[in-house]
Amino acid sequence: MKTKDLLEETVTALSANKARSSLTVLGIVIGISSVIAMISVGQGASSGIQSSIQSLGSNLIMVTPGAARGPGGFGVSAGRGSASTLVQADATAIASSVQNVTALSSEVSSRQQVTAKGTNTNVSVDGVNAAYAQVRNVQMDQGSFVTDQQSQSLQKVAVLGPTVASDLFGTDSTTADGLPAGIVGQAIRIKSMQFIVIGITQSKGGSGPGNQDDMVYIPLETAQLFLTGNNSVTTIDIQAASANAMTQVQNDITTLLLQRHNISDPTKADFSTLNQNDLLSTVSNVTQTLTILLASIAGISLLVGGIGIMNMMLTTVTERTREIGLRKAIGAKRGDISTQFLAEAVMLTLLGGAIGVLLGVGISYVVGALGLIATMISWNSVVLAFGVSAAIGIAFGYYPARRAAHMNPIDALRYE
Amino acid sequence: MIEVKNIIKTYGSGDAAFQALKGVTFTIQDGEFVAIMGPSGSGKSTLMHILGCLDTATSGSYVLDGKDVSRLSDDDLATIRGQRIGFVFQSFNLLPRTSVLRNVMLPLVYDAAIPLEERHARSSAALRAAGLSDEFFGHLSNQLSGGQIQRVAIARALVNDPTMILADEPTGNLDTMTGEIVLGTFQRLNEEHKRTIVLITHEPDVAEHAERIITVRDGLITSDSKNHKRRRALLAEASARQPV
Repeated sequence: MKTKDLLEETVTALSANKARSSLTVLGIVIGISSVIAMISVGQGASSGIQSSIQSLGSNLIMVTPGAARGPGGFGVSAGRGSASTLVQADATAIASSVQNVTALSSEVSSRQQVTAKGTNTNVSVDGVNAAYAQVRNVQMDQGSFVTDQQSQSLQKVAVLGPTVASDLFGTDSTTADGLPAGIVGQAIRIKSMQFIVIGITQSKGGSGPGNQDDMVYIPLETAQLFLTGNNSVTTIDIQAASANAMTQVQNDITTLLLQRHNISDPTKADFSTLNQNDLLSTVSNVTQTLTILLASIAGISLLVGGIGIMNMMLTTVTERTREIGLRKAIGAKRGDISTQFLAEAVMLTLLGGAIGVLLGVGISYVVGALGLIATMISWNSVVLAFGVSAAIGIAFGYYPARRAAHMNPIDALRYE
Repeated sequence: MIEVKNIIKTYGSGDAAFQALKGVTFTIQDGEFVAIMGPSGSGKSTLMHILGCLDTATSGSYVLDGKDVSRLSDDDLATIRGQRIGFVFQSFNLLPRTSVLRNVMLPLVYDAAIPLEERHARSSAALRAAGLSDEFFGHLSNQLSGGQIQRVAIARALVNDPTMILADEPTGNLDTMTGEIVLGTFQRLNEEHKRTIVLITHEPDVAEHAERIITVRDGLITSDSKNHKRRRALLAEASARQPV
């Protein structure tokens, strides 16, 4: 049989019962489109989280104070980050003795009520070094970041995140950054002390707790003196020279700090180090599991669609028993018959696959454009879905086609 | 030429075994019009299946055009059917919702070597030989009358230029008048186109249109003779002018 004849016969056979064919195709359409839409939602979530982790800075290692323990080894843990075991001297020691550290900044953070011109907001106020901008990848929109000279001379200056700036000074839709002009140079009050705004950072995006845009940066020593009143630090941010050096830097910091804090048992360390790569791989593991979960739920509907194909093909084969008998009588071989029915099943699934891909991409696009959930269409998944739909056609069409091909022509011709 | 020697066909095995044909021998020359007649249960359907290469005999030999076809595989039998045999069935078996021309072309579809133009030409010629005029070629098979449908089926049997046209109760589903026209078509094909026709029937009236009648009873041939009181059917051309 020529391919052209096969195609003609297939189209004729499928259009003979349009309602049944289209309902069967619908099953595949739903299956394929939901697989594509689900994978794109999963990938979108994954890439969104990854980019927000990466916006923290590159090759970042963070050291935070660990749980403070009482003597005797079974002390009550007051929770990580609550202790004041890290001091500026630890940071200086790391900077001077650990290799492959390109930049380092201490951080003293506390939540404060910040007021300006009668408006006020409760934000995280971070005392930082000048190197913080490099380590945490902070870009300036206006003005300049805090300097180490300002820190040493305990100047009361502040750099605002864009969210804080708009909360305190309002918005202006005519400017590029949406903020009214002339914020730099104005005064704000933190804990009743006047600080002069020297800069506004660029937006990093992101939301929720730890939002990098909802921050006020002031010089480190200013914060220690006026806000916290002691010389402990809440975080030491370290930028390693390269991704490969991160493990070495992390290990060296741990060894150094254990030594400085006179702790012999590493499990009782009064600080903890967090490696950005660990964070990334943990998060991508989670999102990957989530994507697989979503895709397999959608995959079940694809399987049901495939069973629909098989069901329809079995009905078709039974209905057309006499036609099969006739075709065999006038010279059709087994291969001709099975090819014909297989072609019908594959054409149904390919049609369903094509519509499903369009629909799935469409759904992902609309969901993404409406801002409901971030989506990212993975073209691999589109190609995969198409291949899967053809495979489903063959897998679920094989049994009915085989049944047709093995019919006895005499019985088939007599079938009522 | 068709040579059948001592054909035995047994269904089932052991105690349940049933011999439908108990040793049948005959020869049909090219250009003959033979009726195989017998009541139901006589074994004529079994004989028809073996002659049509739809089934193989348990023992004995069947030589079609000098080729022994008694022990071929399913697919080889399909090829023989496609090239040497044209079937006409009692229930017509046209493809529904398919044009007359495409129905007739169907046997040629399974032979990839024949180009499309030749298929068209051969199908049109077969339809005309079966007594259908060009105006019907585009009609769908469900828009035709019984007599027209059976003549489309005859054209389909002719299209692959077979050694033999095997007609199984071709008038069984038709009224007497229409049946006459179909039998007339067979007679004309036999006389004008020198077609070999084997007609399977249980009705003596129908068998009498053939020039030779083989009678089968209980799996054996009881008579095989020239038909001396041959009946002439109405010619299809004469009736084609009237609505059928």
